[in-house]
Amino acid sequence: MSSLDRRIIFLVVALAVIIPLLLPIGLPIKPTAPVKAFYDSIELISEGSYVLISFDYDPSTMPELQPMAISLLYHCFSKNLKVVMIALWPQGAQMADLAMETVNQQLQAEGKPLPEYGKDYVNLGYKSGGGLVIIGLATNFGAIFPLDTNGTRISELPLMDKVKSAHDLQAVFSLSAGDPGIPAWVMVSRMAGYPTPPQPGETDITGKMLLLGGATAVSAPQFYPYLNTNQMQGLLGGMRGAADYETLLALPGTASEGMDPQSIAHLVIVVFIIMANIFFFLEKRQEERKAT
Amino acid sequence: MKKQFPLAIVFIAGMIFIVQFFSPAFTPIQERFTHWYIVVAVFAFVLGLANLTRLNLQKIHRQQEGWIYSIPLLIGLVGMALCSFIFGIEEGPFVWLFNNMMLPMSATMFSLLAFFVASASYRAFRARHKEAVMLLVAAVIVMLGQVPIGSAGFMGHLRLSDITQWIMAYPNMAGQRAIMIGAALGVVAISLRILLGIERAYLGED
Repeated sequence: MSSLDRRIIFLVVALAVIIPLLLPIGLPIKPTAPVKAFYDSIELISEGSYVLISFDYDPSTMPELQPMAISLLYHCFSKNLKVVMIALWPQGAQMADLAMETVNQQLQAEGKPLPEYGKDYVNLGYKSGGGLVIIGLATNFGAIFPLDTNGTRISELPLMDKVKSAHDLQAVFSLSAGDPGIPAWVMVSRMAGYPTPPQPGETDITGKMLLLGGATAVSAPQFYPYLNTNQMQGLLGGMRGAADYETLLALPGTASEGMDPQSIAHLVIVVFIIMANIFFFLEKRQEERKAT
Repeated sequence: MKKQFPLAIVFIAGMIFIVQFFSPAFTPIQERFTHWYIVVAVFAFVLGLANLTRLNLQKIHRQQEGWIYSIPLLIGLVGMALCSFIFGIEEGPFVWLFNNMMLPMSATMFSLLAFFVASASYRAFRARHKEAVMLLVAAVIVMLGQVPIGSAGFMGHLRLSDITQWIMAYPNMAGQRAIMIGAALGVVAISLRILLGIERAYLGED
């Protein structure tokens, strides 16, 4: 039994995911401290401010990061924030477009006005260079992103009249699946002279810049030092972080739907680990008895 | 000269980036280099594309192991490129292919990891000694505490979620900080070696 055919394990895990998807349990979701900090930080931003969202991921991590993007955009538009979207990963620009489609559908379903491209949000697309793009944005947006994804000069976009450099931004969000991503933003933005973050507890953030991130569950633990030192003011970790954020916004989405299957799958894996160790010790005892 | 020229470029460019931290006089040059780098990085895409095509065509021509998989790779590569050039990337076949093939296949590949993690955990997580026991206990607590089931029913009384947050905020953070500092020192060391021409792996030398 300690060397169980892995196809049985695969089948049990598959059932553990499929059954709760078809028959939801409705487990309560209690947001964690880093997610509450993320939400509260955005609530400090005054209406009409300019923020930047960097889509640093691709379709492989969509299930974890796309719900974060959708919730973040929804939160920004509900506070009438002006959003500049960029991407440091090649497919990030398409991820941004897809997230906007979903947000527009949600806003339409709620009967709210839709954000207008060019005035409320822009998608400047992908630029290669990672950290050097971040350095370039510190002084001159136009030099790094002369055109948007539609090929329109940014000088023709009304929103970009007010965003010439990072000093015009009140917050930067990095939805990150790897490098370049959150580590690049944290390290390079300070080095490049971006505005400093507000101190913990500070409510007037005029002249300051928040740095907030969303990461996959696998990489989120490595960003806790940044939270501890106030280099980041909030963090969404994995699908659980996305679900917590959706709960705080009262915006049910795919992350919240995924919590039941994820819970049962985790429980199944823990049961497998415990079973394997029980069989391991039983077999070990048998071998010891045979030896004696 | 063939070796000295690239070493000289690396040294001069590296020194400019370092000195500009201490002297504002070099900042305009550093900004110019930043823009040049972005342009050069785009050429890396072209190089990668050419290399990928050459290697896979070679594989098909020589019928090396796995050559059959190179055919859909090249068809996908050329097909998506042609669709984007002819129909654009805002709508049309490119968008359909991206949304209905690229997205689900990419998400599926990453999702397969869940099954392999379950299988690997069953086979490898054994409490052979006390460090392994500590790892196992922490893993079980975090796995259950990170999902809503860890706060539900009788497990809610165990406060697994609170213990998980403590593990993430203290032992995990301390360990990650140590790894980060170690990695940063390693980056400084290797960067100095590259700038001074001691490390020449990027030139194709050992």
